Amino acid sequence: MAEVIMPKMGDAMEEGTLLKWLKNPGDEVAEGDPIAEIETDKVTLEIEASESGFLTNTLVEEGATVPIGTPVATIGPQDEVGKAPAGGAARQEPARIEDEGLEQGADEAAHGAGTSTEAEVAGAVNGSATATATAEVQAVPAAVERADGERLRASPLVKRLASEHGIDLAQVAGSGPGGRIIKADIAEFISGAKQPPQARPAAAAPAPQEQPSAAQPAAAPATGSVVEMSRMKQRTGERMAESKRDIPHFYVSTAVDMSAALEFRKQVNASLEESGGKVSVNDLIVKAAALALVDNPTINRSYVNGQLIQHDTIDINIAVAVEGGLIAPFVPAADQKSLGSISRLTKDLSRRAREGGLRPEEYQGGTFTISNLGMFDVEEFIAVINPPQAAILAVASVRETPVVRDGEIVIGHVMKLTLAADHRALDGAEVAVFLQSVKRYLENPMLLALS
Amino acid sequence: MPVKTYRDALRAAMAEEMERDESIVLLGEDIGVYGGTHLVTNGLIDQFGPRRVIDTPIAENGFTGAAIGMAMAGLKPIVEMMTWNFSFQAADQILQNAAKIRYFSGGQLSVPMVIRGPNGGGVQLSAQHTHSLEGFYGHFPGLKVVSPVTPEDVKGMMLAAIRDPDPVIFLEAGALYGTKGEVPDGDYTVEFGKARIAREGTDVTLIAYGRQVNMLLRVAEELDGEGVSAEVIDLRSIRPFDVQTIVDSVKKTNRAVVVQEQWRWFSVASEVAALIQEHAFDYLDAPVERVSGAEVPAPYARNLEIAAFPSEAMILEAVRRVLYQESK
Repeated sequence: MAEVIMPKMGDAMEEGTLLKWLKNPGDEVAEGDPIAEIETDKVTLEIEASESGFLTNTLVEEGATVPIGTPVATIGPQDEVGKAPAGGAARQEPARIEDEGLEQGADEAAHGAGTSTEAEVAGAVNGSATATATAEVQAVPAAVERADGERLRASPLVKRLASEHGIDLAQVAGSGPGGRIIKADIAEFISGAKQPPQARPAAAAPAPQEQPSAAQPAAAPATGSVVEMSRMKQRTGERMAESKRDIPHFYVSTAVDMSAALEFRKQVNASLEESGGKVSVNDLIVKAAALALVDNPTINRSYVNGQLIQHDTIDINIAVAVEGGLIAPFVPAADQKSLGSISRLTKDLSRRAREGGLRPEEYQGGTFTISNLGMFDVEEFIAVINPPQAAILAVASVRETPVVRDGEIVIGHVMKLTLAADHRALDGAEVAVFLQSVKRYLENPMLLALS
Repeated sequence: MPVKTYRDALRAAMAEEMERDESIVLLGEDIGVYGGTHLVTNGLIDQFGPRRVIDTPIAENGFTGAAIGMAMAGLKPIVEMMTWNFSFQAADQILQNAAKIRYFSGGQLSVPMVIRGPNGGGVQLSAQHTHSLEGFYGHFPGLKVVSPVTPEDVKGMMLAAIRDPDPVIFLEAGALYGTKGEVPDGDYTVEFGKARIAREGTDVTLIAYGRQVNMLLRVAEELDGEGVSAEVIDLRSIRPFDVQTIVDSVKKTNRAVVVQEQWRWFSVASEVAALIQEHAFDYLDAPVERVSGAEVPAPYARNLEIAAFPSEAMILEAVRRVLYQESK
């Protein structure tokens, strides 16, 4: 009997949600047939049958979130349909915590090693809390502090056991050399002596950073109901919180007169009319930013574990609002692409982002991000850096504004740009020079066509 | 069961089989009239005569080559290397002919011979006379390499070696000729390629062959006093090799320490560590530890010689590392 496991799609993926079974136990499947739809933090994908045969068991219910590597189904001969799979492929229920689990979570250290902030989500759920709230509030141990990009180290045995027992190792402190998680660190979870830190369910309470007092009730809402967060929203939330917490942001703004750029766009689009292509203001900004990054390479850096990484390519991420969250696919080597090709690529990426059809390699990476709220009549705004990048450009709407040109007050088309920068990587002067450069390209748009 | 020394068990195996099989002849330096430098063949010339117990000149390459020819022609020679260090003289015959004749001849010829003698050091014989050659000979396909440590195994493996159709490198624990143990009477063989679990345990697997097995048993006893249950595996056979017994043990204990007297680089312990990670990766809770001889030619001075070989203290230290018990 073969197991089908929750696949790892991309480096950041630790768990996935089984959205829908496309095959039922007893169905004949051929290798490669889609058998289920899953949702990762970024995309919706299909899991394929790992070999041909009959779907003998589904081990995970629709809606359940399980760590990568967890068996979700078994495939075997017809006479094994419905028979319990051998060994570790125990049926995974959606991760919920029983009442006694909450108590254990409250009054015991989560792991024997005791080197980290311990799991101390106050288990004493307010007596008036509804049953629903009780069930949804998860006793999640405080996440063990690992620096951004720091590899989780665990012995091979621990990784296998964690996968079999549904233990989320990201939340376990390692007592071995270099923080390696060893068998002893998870032994009590496996023996059942302690509640394992499971993969967080969709509505997990946020793990507190500091130990709350034991008497403090869990943060169950007094009124209203818990709203299910998509995986993408959870992941974005974690990354943005991490960014604001760890990165010393500073902000530099400028105003760009877009009159020439709008005129230029009109001309370009008129000449593109026959081919059906259309260049957007955003495409101009992507190109301008890419050229400004060529002129100011220090902006095109990442700050990783105390080191500055100078990127060889200029890959510009574009934040796209999609149902259930935000995703930022990137235009690779944007400085070397024509406006037309930036425009086509951006349209395709945005469309597929909204349809959930991006491939991991299209959104994992990038060296500089642009967030554009121009279409929403926004005066100005500041954005949160997309780590580990050093800067993000926030683009507001083009507004008709009186401007002074050659000593005369005329109606200009002004757009505010605000760059949020990581002060560990960048200083004010270089950011200001970069913004000047972006402004120069946009106010002299022929340069965008020339380069 | 009768108790015999390692030396007597070895002699009994050869003598009993020579009674049964007239095609067996012994060759070596001083093995006849003198009785053997280590007295392993003592008395055999009186029993079987100088045509079957042949004193040779000091010419390893010559008499080993002669024995290979005898084996190809239908005899079953047993060649004694006074110590394995002298086999370098005969290495060309052993590696180029004995190991390859079956292959070269497309299976028409075989070389049913045994080359035996004391292996390893520990008795102040200095750099030229202190080698552990199991890794060296184990490297060559076409040879079988065994290294028994108990009197019972040395008899059973010698009988298996004599009956084997291919050349067998029989590495005796030279320092243990005088050790005693129970040895069954009569005819029995110990199959090649089967490791022996010398002591059962659950917390860590200790692996060795030859005289280091005895050291591991002492270490296991000491660990037992600390509440650590060590399993001790005696490989017995270097080629063919028993992967299964080791993998089963590591799957149970999740940790392994491999001990050998020979140098670490390109050694048996390296091979064992590689096999464990290939076959039991998902069961390992710690990297496999190797405890080996120091990377120097063997010293003569007693204190340096002791320091250059694996000791119980070094093995205990390695065990504590795989158990994450080391004091920092």
